[in-house]
Amino acid sequence: MADKVLMKGNEAIAEAALHAGCRHYFGYPITPQTEIAAYMAKRMPKIGGTFLQAESEIAAINMVYGVASAGYRVMTSSSSPGISLKGEGLSYLAGSDLPALVVNVQRGGPGLGGIQPSQSDYFQATRGAGHGDFHMIVLAPASVQEMAELTVKGFELADTYRMTSMILADGTMGQMMEPVSLEDLEVKPAPEKPWATNGTKLARPHNIVNSLSLVPDELEQLNFARYERYRAVEENEAMYEEYMMEDAEICIAAFGIAARVSKNAINEARRRGIKVGMIRPITLWPFPKAVFRRAADQVKSMISVELSMGQMIEDVRLATECRVPVTLCNRVGGMIPSPEQVLEAIENAAKNGGAN
Amino acid sequence: MSTKQMLFSGFGGQGILFAGKFIAYKGLIDEKQVSWLPSYGPEMRGGTASCSVIVSDEPVGSPIVSAPDVLIAMNLPSLDKFESSVVPGGMIIADSTLIERQVARDDVKVFYIPATKLASENGMPTLANMIIVGKLLKELGDFNEESINAALKKVISAKHADMMEINVKAMSIGANC
Amino acid sequence: MAVVFEKPHALADVPMHYCPGCTHGIVHRLVAEVIDELGIEGRTIGVAPVGCSVMAYNYFNCDMIEAAHGRAPAVATGVKRANPTEHVVFTYQGDGDLASIGMAETVHAAARNENITIIFINNAIYGMTGGQMAPTSLPGQVTQTSPYGRDVKACGFPIKVCEMLSELDGPEYLARVTVNSVKNVNNAKKAIKKAFQNQLDGKGFSLVEVLSSCPTNWGMTPQKALQWIDEKMIPYYPLGVYKDRSAKEEETK
Repeated sequence: MADKVLMKGNEAIAEAALHAGCRHYFGYPITPQTEIAAYMAKRMPKIGGTFLQAESEIAAINMVYGVASAGYRVMTSSSSPGISLKGEGLSYLAGSDLPALVVNVQRGGPGLGGIQPSQSDYFQATRGAGHGDFHMIVLAPASVQEMAELTVKGFELADTYRMTSMILADGTMGQMMEPVSLEDLEVKPAPEKPWATNGTKLARPHNIVNSLSLVPDELEQLNFARYERYRAVEENEAMYEEYMMEDAEICIAAFGIAARVSKNAINEARRRGIKVGMIRPITLWPFPKAVFRRAADQVKSMISVELSMGQMIEDVRLATECRVPVTLCNRVGGMIPSPEQVLEAIENAAKNGGAN
Repeated sequence: MSTKQMLFSGFGGQGILFAGKFIAYKGLIDEKQVSWLPSYGPEMRGGTASCSVIVSDEPVGSPIVSAPDVLIAMNLPSLDKFESSVVPGGMIIADSTLIERQVARDDVKVFYIPATKLASENGMPTLANMIIVGKLLKELGDFNEESINAALKKVISAKHADMMEINVKAMSIGANC
Repeated sequence: MAVVFEKPHALADVPMHYCPGCTHGIVHRLVAEVIDELGIEGRTIGVAPVGCSVMAYNYFNCDMIEAAHGRAPAVATGVKRANPTEHVVFTYQGDGDLASIGMAETVHAAARNENITIIFINNAIYGMTGGQMAPTSLPGQVTQTSPYGRDVKACGFPIKVCEMLSELDGPEYLARVTVNSVKNVNNAKKAIKKAFQNQLDGKGFSLVEVLSSCPTNWGMTPQKALQWIDEKMIPYYPLGVYKDRSAKEEETK
């Protein structure tokens, strides 16, 4: 306890990245994540690292591509509109099988949108960050401590699977302060990277980091091999938290800030005698399908609580194969569902015998 | 106290976020669960600033305070905006130097502290916020000098260590109102 | 038997895909010779562009990275910053890559005096996609997307990269050369060597613009294309050193 400090979520990400051995950060200012850049600007020069404010989001992600090619832990961070700009680079990182960490502290959209919290980049993060068939590992923290822990985890997973890890947070998570402790946070050393372009030393054939492949059946094989790796990620790395699910008849699905709000509503509903629980995905990709599939045998209905027009709800329906009704409880544009709104959705579901 | 949900609100520049951060740190030192969530964006610059602070014995669920047990209102727009959201039986502390009207509700405890005036009279023009904080701690039965000092050390950087004493003094002034 | 001609070690022993008469091959060889002469192959990382030289990563024996279109200076920045004392980093980019889609990356790498070397192939056309108008296509030049000749009223003027960058305080060295004669090839090599040496000396951003020919898309014989450089390109893009900060500082001492 004594070693805990209050940190903003954004600062916790930055400090955890340093803790994980990341010494290279490239970014571009955008609200509500700029504290990450500011923190790195202050710390990196003092520990021999690189902080560089790039001329654009596009340049920043390509600088990340360069450092990742050379085999070092590297990151960038932004918020929704900036992540769209990074889309090209995210696709290239995937195409070249490079490990990197990218943070999206989401804000309301589309377009320039607003600067208040949102979860409306779920599709972008889990399905369409850029062109081509690829996935990123998408981690959704719901506390400042988790912002730190998942940052470390993100670097490790990225290195293990040669993928981009994305921290999908939102303005609330980025701006809020909570107690954080990094002391007990273990960091696995980065694996050897024999593929890295860090100079042949005239001791090996040259390495090439590349996503171009003009022969269709070769490119097909590369995609197949990549998806083999993705299958391993799906099998081994799905993470979630279950809350009061033992006897639940209604299941809430929520991540990040929506899960925090939902907990309040669940506690109140329980006081009112409603058997409701929650599954909180911590990895959005891979989506924790198995636990939802199991829950579908137990509960009468599900409610997806989101700060979007209904994006994760599609994964909930896919995972449960539509065996139970799933309804949406949401706010968008920078608005956050209130515990009362979620409670109302729970009560409506309960009134219909759990089936809303 | 199992959970106290507090909303600090006023003009940008009045030290609203600082006051909230201090209370959150004090909670941390008192081994409570805490969260602090600021309003953010362009409204911070000269407009209204506010922050949600939760201090609890339980893990904090939503960090957003929409129905505060305590409202600190340091200007009129803040009182106008948040007065109705305070839970019945809750508490409002208003800076009466800057808020001329009375609180309309009779189901909440109200304290009018001329904090801005007291601050300037006592040669601490930037510390109206901490005068209010002093009153808040007193009314919560939480005016514990040890944890106050420890929390101040966390929120005041070493560079401004000379400000410690005057902050404590401001809180004492508030507590004695 | 005395060896009178051999392939530089840094140049891979593979057939190149370039068209007959294209000058990419010459410039590749010059870069490889310089890498050999400076003894830096083992610590050099090259960044290939999108364009005709997209597969340059197969032609150099040093480590190579293929970048997204226009982003090579940003990628090179990352590689260089990853290990500034050990890595020697160069990009090899065409005019569409460097002066159109990647202009922001180019200008800002120059403004930062990023300690990298850029080889900029200016052949006034998009080669790989089959001969479209480039940011450096000359006024009146006929291309697939300027079939009536580049009309400067509708699509603006060519960009003179060296002249433009020379207005910045950042860059160390900017030179324009060509490879259409033995004499010019020798001068080009000197400039390329200096651009690498500058990096080794920590002097910063060094860019060599090489006026190059594209017989295929210009619709000329290789011989005629080399003449066209003399007749049309050099008058618009004069050869020379546009910036050499260290030399200038030396002079003023």
